[in-house]
Amino acid sequence: MSFLLAEKMTGGYGGADILHECTIAAEKGEIAVIVGPNGAGKSTAMKAVFGMLDLRLGSVYLDGEDITRLTPQDRVSRGMAFVPQNNNVFPSMSVEENLEMGAFLRRDDIAGTMEQVFSLFPILKEKRRQNAGELSGGQRQQVAVGRALMTQPQLLMLDEPTAGVSPIVMDELFDRIIEVAKTGISILMVEQNARQALNIADKGYVLVQGRNRYTDTGEALLNDPEVRKSFLGG
Amino acid sequence: MSDPLNAAALLANFVIVPAIAYGSQLALGALGVTLIYGILRFSNFAHGDTMAFGTMITILFTWWFQSLGLSLGPLPTALLALPFGIAVCALFVLFCDRVVYRFHRAKRADPVIFVIASVGVMFVMNGLVRFIIGPDDQNFADGERFIIKAREFKQLTGLSEGISIKVSQSITVVTMIIVVAALFWFLNKTRTGKSMRAYSDNEDLALLSGINPDRVVAVTWILAAALATIAGTLYGLDKSFKPFTYFQLLLPIFASAIVGGLGNPIGAIAGGFVIAFSEITVTYAYKKFANYIVPGDWKADGLMQLLSTNYKFAVSFLILLMVLLFRPTGIFRGKSV
Repeated sequence: MSFLLAEKMTGGYGGADILHECTIAAEKGEIAVIVGPNGAGKSTAMKAVFGMLDLRLGSVYLDGEDITRLTPQDRVSRGMAFVPQNNNVFPSMSVEENLEMGAFLRRDDIAGTMEQVFSLFPILKEKRRQNAGELSGGQRQQVAVGRALMTQPQLLMLDEPTAGVSPIVMDELFDRIIEVAKTGISILMVEQNARQALNIADKGYVLVQGRNRYTDTGEALLNDPEVRKSFLGG
Repeated sequence: MSDPLNAAALLANFVIVPAIAYGSQLALGALGVTLIYGILRFSNFAHGDTMAFGTMITILFTWWFQSLGLSLGPLPTALLALPFGIAVCALFVLFCDRVVYRFHRAKRADPVIFVIASVGVMFVMNGLVRFIIGPDDQNFADGERFIIKAREFKQLTGLSEGISIKVSQSITVVTMIIVVAALFWFLNKTRTGKSMRAYSDNEDLALLSGINPDRVVAVTWILAAALATIAGTLYGLDKSFKPFTYFQLLLPIFASAIVGGLGNPIGAIAGGFVIAFSEITVTYAYKKFANYIVPGDWKADGLMQLLSTNYKFAVSFLILLMVLLFRPTGIFRGKSV
């Protein structure tokens, strides 16, 4: 079984279902990317994995354990970390305090983890005393990812981490995400920039209207003429 | 005869010293309002009556201690009773949260619903206080009255105007400084304090980070009750305790919090002093002061008072209106109302 397995998820925000038997999996140390057109239920699928959505059917397993009924908070303590798309930092708190808050559940010494985050995102070390709200979009995104890493998660979930940042910053963020994956953390990511995201993905999921349309390795999806034509602009 | 020294002494005695004391009291009150606004996201109309409730408990303990013969020597016995007042007030406020606000919080109600609920809590507290201690003035200050008496000051300096500093005024300022320093230390350095700021900044992300909202809410209420009780007791020592006056204090306290920037603790303190100084400078009668500084034989005809003290609340109102019209986020860029 995959490290993360969300099987046949069906449900929505009350009312009509948004997800229909949607299945998503991620292996240890691998990057899984969810792509698809607007309104395909990409973010909804991610929220369902994290427990922010009531599933009518289907189940979510983390490391072989059924976590379908756990609250998001409990999932955090089980090793999941989630970086929302918007409002993902504490704007009036310093970068360092943001990271401390990420590690709120931990009672042990967090200095080591903070050093790791700083070595991953050196700019944050420089700006550690500055308020997160005063940083640029790309830097803020780094704070958000750093905050999530402070719990030492085994699965990092990113909801459109590159939304609203410049292409250069996007490339850099993707590089960092690959580095995070290399440390053995599984990554599940929703992305608008499908081509670039599939480039770094070990596995890609193309969702359409809440259903799995294509599932393959990132490379295979990039080379699939049909996927290219319909979703990657040729 | 122009006599700037006497003019300065006069101004210090009747404007600056009282305004600093009053400003400290308002600042403490506004800190409580701003804390509730920043973290629980509503304007707590019951804050003035929370002050009255906490002060009432402190007074009851003070009387009890006095009857037991306990005292702090030159300092008022009320300081000894203050921790008990804070504890009972905190319990009462937590009880109110349990029976009133928690229901709305679980439903994620709009802030306006909380505001209206807090008006209800205000009336209940107000009634309770009047029921227990009565609507009349209560004097509970004891110990020394003055640090410097006007007469001693005159003898010391040879001026014809004296400056008197009451014990209650200096206690007010010292307590304010200690409380504010402790509060800032708590909010900026401790784990719980930081989690409260995080919750205030971004509630959803705070939940994702595993911050326990019930704990944040409880600690916020306890802090607000402590600030309210301290502010109320200091005000009562400085002036006197009358439940209706505390209800009226709500306006200058809200004005302070909003002028400084709602949700911003530094703003609350600055706002408290802005309001206190405006209220007192506008309602002070400058006749004698003018007579000291104008040259020659000029004499002021009237009282030279901009507004009668009966209208002091108009000053808070006016400042409040101007801030809301021209800079709704307040001096220190709090949240917009």
